[in-house]
Amino acid sequence: MTIPFLILAAPTIAGIAAAMYLRNLVHCILALTLGFAGLAALYLQLDAQFVGFTQILVYVGAVAILAVFAIMMTRSAGPMAQPVFSSSWIKGGCVAGAVFAVLAWAIYRSATSLKMLPPQPEVAVRQIGDALMHRFVLPLEIMGLLLTAALIGAVLIAMQEKPEMQ
Amino acid sequence: MTPETIDRIFIIWKHWLLSYAPAGVQPLFSALLSVVPVLAVFPLLFAITTVLERKGLGRIQNRYGPNRVGPYGFFQPIADGVKSLTKEDVVPRTADQAVHFLAPLLLVAAAFLAYAVLPVGRNMVVANLNAGVLFFFAVGSLVELAVFMAGWSSRNKYSLLGAMRAIAQMISYEVPLVLASVVVIMAAGSLSTVTIVNMQASYTGIWPHWFVFTPWGFVGFVLFMIAATAEANRSPFDLPEGESEIVAGYYIEYSGFKFALFFLGEYLGMFATSGMAITLFLGGWAAPFSFLTWVPSYFWFFAKLLVLIAGFIWVRGTLPRLRMDQLMNFAWKFMLPMTLLNIFVAGTWHFMAAGSVRWLVCAVLIFAPSVLLALGLEKGKKKIAARTYRFAE
Amino acid sequence: MSSLTSYLLLSSLLFSIGLAGALTRRSAILVLIGIELMLNAANLNFIAFWRYGPDPAALTGTMFAIFSISVAAAEAAVGLGIILAVYRHSKTTDLDQMNSMKG
Repeated sequence: MTIPFLILAAPTIAGIAAAMYLRNLVHCILALTLGFAGLAALYLQLDAQFVGFTQILVYVGAVAILAVFAIMMTRSAGPMAQPVFSSSWIKGGCVAGAVFAVLAWAIYRSATSLKMLPPQPEVAVRQIGDALMHRFVLPLEIMGLLLTAALIGAVLIAMQEKPEMQ
Repeated sequence: MTPETIDRIFIIWKHWLLSYAPAGVQPLFSALLSVVPVLAVFPLLFAITTVLERKGLGRIQNRYGPNRVGPYGFFQPIADGVKSLTKEDVVPRTADQAVHFLAPLLLVAAAFLAYAVLPVGRNMVVANLNAGVLFFFAVGSLVELAVFMAGWSSRNKYSLLGAMRAIAQMISYEVPLVLASVVVIMAAGSLSTVTIVNMQASYTGIWPHWFVFTPWGFVGFVLFMIAATAEANRSPFDLPEGESEIVAGYYIEYSGFKFALFFLGEYLGMFATSGMAITLFLGGWAAPFSFLTWVPSYFWFFAKLLVLIAGFIWVRGTLPRLRMDQLMNFAWKFMLPMTLLNIFVAGTWHFMAAGSVRWLVCAVLIFAPSVLLALGLEKGKKKIAARTYRFAE
Repeated sequence: MSSLTSYLLLSSLLFSIGLAGALTRRSAILVLIGIELMLNAANLNFIAFWRYGPDPAALTGTMFAIFSISVAAAEAAVGLGIILAVYRHSKTTDLDQMNSMKG
């Protein structure tokens, strides 16, 4: 592990861990954005410029703001009186810990063949566009359909129901 | 000195300064030399703009504006700066201290980051990123977060209302803002701001190849500027800080230097989006006529920027504030369909042979629906009778 | 540039934190965020494998990450819409109190 990696990984982990364990929901979201920004920086370090900027645009600019709106509209900002963890938190924590142990064990056992870093790929945004329009055009269209469906669905679900006439 | 030397003078100075740095720190030093001018020039422009804006608004409203400090009141920004620096920094007792402190810093940092991809002159850009336009919009979305932090952490109903209004407005207008710039990306085939400007820096006869001189480019520019006005929370879209309803919106609980930082961040955001509009539609640093190319490129960028700022001031002095539902309806029912249609027109333009037929078809395709859409949206509304002034007579 | 192993370890840690959050928090919003974090961990894996893989020019990993980000955005929008609808119905976002199928 090199120093730049650690500099980027530490705030990412810290932000995301804080997002999951802080009491105040708004603080959680703010810590989460730090984690998302750290992830974007990691993408940049991996020479994936387009994905890194998309990550910031979508997660910090849209998902975090959506979550903020949800918090405001459900009046759940501010410190909560009840405990923040659900009644089955021991079981959940154990499952998560076991998952991490298994994954870490598998990674240490297997990832030996890919130690060498290949030369930096010359990836222009244009190539991503070309790939989206040729090789991945069907997934792209399905994605457009999915996003439209999600847009309409989300509006329909969240729409204020008209009080029924008696 | 030849015009070329004057055009390159900042680059020459940078190389000259760089030659004094030891080899080990040269990359760092080079980055510093690129960033520091941006950190110096645009706040200076902010200072000049505040006084110009107050004087311009004063003229529009039939008064003098600031005229006490210095010649014609032009040292007013210094007085303002001293005042905001020496004022007491009041933080509400119930405020969320850390978030309250971080919000103005994040706002200003995000605003400054946006300048990294703006080419202010030939070969004068901090970072020529491959996905420069995307970077610009990604950084712009950080502003929403800063606004929310400011509004929420103040524990004030007015500031929270202002923040929620601001976020709703910024998200709604970010969609047309991005879609309006898509036409340029389609035409240039690149997300790099430098490539986009280079494509516009050629001439037919004396006329430049700016994208604004095409039907889709003109409509795109107008839509972009409307969305940029809303993104910068400026009149007539200044509901988030509508002083007659919610006092000062999301920064009501800020005082002293933090308030000045909000002010700075807001103007820097406005300059950045204007700079982006210049880069995308108005040819960036390119001269408006081929016989004026001897004028240094950075002069043209800042001249265009000042013209756009004058436009912002004019609009602010002229138009009344919108209502919230009008604002949202305008974004989703007019701006969004028009930007989508504009993308279609840009595609048509691309696939038709060059000539006057292409011009006619594309102009009809974009202007006829815009008029029809505007008329259709007007149709359902109640007609408001001309106001009668009962007391003025 | 660090080795692939460190990126994979980081992403598995992110995945586990997200899983722990999704399984243990009471607030429905944070459970949704935990799921988003798990998707993000998968994205990091895609990008890391793309970068260290044998053929980066094919862009498969990048494409996967881009599609995954769009799916995550759709998921967040629908999920938060459902949370709003549930809140309107039962006046709570506490998952421990949402224990009946009948409203």
